[in-house]
Amino acid sequence: MENINRNEEGYLTDFSQWTKDVGAEIAKDKEIEMTDQHWKVVDYLQGKHKNEEALSIRGIKKSGVVNIKEFYSLFPGGPLKISTMIAGIPKPKSCI
Amino acid sequence: MATKVKKMLFILSKATIENVYAAFIMANGARMEGIEAEIFFTFFGLEAIQKKKLEKLHVATVGNPAMHIPTMLGGLPGMEAFATKMMKKEMEKLDMPPVGEFLEILSDSGVNLWACKLAVEMFHIEESDLIDDLDGILTIGDFYNRADEDGTHLLFI
Repeated sequence: MENINRNEEGYLTDFSQWTKDVGAEIAKDKEIEMTDQHWKVVDYLQGKHKNEEALSIRGIKKSGVVNIKEFYSLFPGGPLKISTMIAGIPKPKSCI
Repeated sequence: MATKVKKMLFILSKATIENVYAAFIMANGARMEGIEAEIFFTFFGLEAIQKKKLEKLHVATVGNPAMHIPTMLGGLPGMEAFATKMMKKEMEKLDMPPVGEFLEILSDSGVNLWACKLAVEMFHIEESDLIDDLDGILTIGDFYNRADEDGTHLLFI
């Protein structure tokens, strides 16, 4: 993890450095044990990021990958903030 | 990360769309930051949780200097509907959900939604008129009890 570039909040500054191990390590810091369902969400978020689509809670609702209740229980304590950090993509800027 | 604000309690007393969205966006924003949130709907705020009324909320065109139109014009028939339509169009562009869908998102996100008992009685509203996601009807005393812990903030809208 020492060689991974992260900003002061802990988000990766270079996505090319992201691997599943890096994601799992960040998740561990947040006391999250990654499951298949967690990785499915990460995959969805990375896809959105790649297509330069903004992330929002409404987008999560429509994603078909996870519903909002489940999203909150998978990533407790600020789901979009935490899941994007694990996914190695920037923190979402939207207010919704 | 520890946060000083642990719980936000919103009291929504108005039914103008800008006030309703302010409460909804701030409550959702709180949950997204890991902060607990609840909304207490009272007086005209009850319009936002009545099944038949919630999609028909309007922006206030009269007595609102920020509209930048003469008050006399704001009172013309159709002006409120027109201004509301324009605002909803802009909201949709930002992916802001309509009121009904927003309430579902809030409920699914763990925001408790409460109706004010006194206002429900005053407006002769039946429980069946209110949204299914409502968590209950409370007295103001019940609501204050929910604020009885460190890091709780109350906000009147």
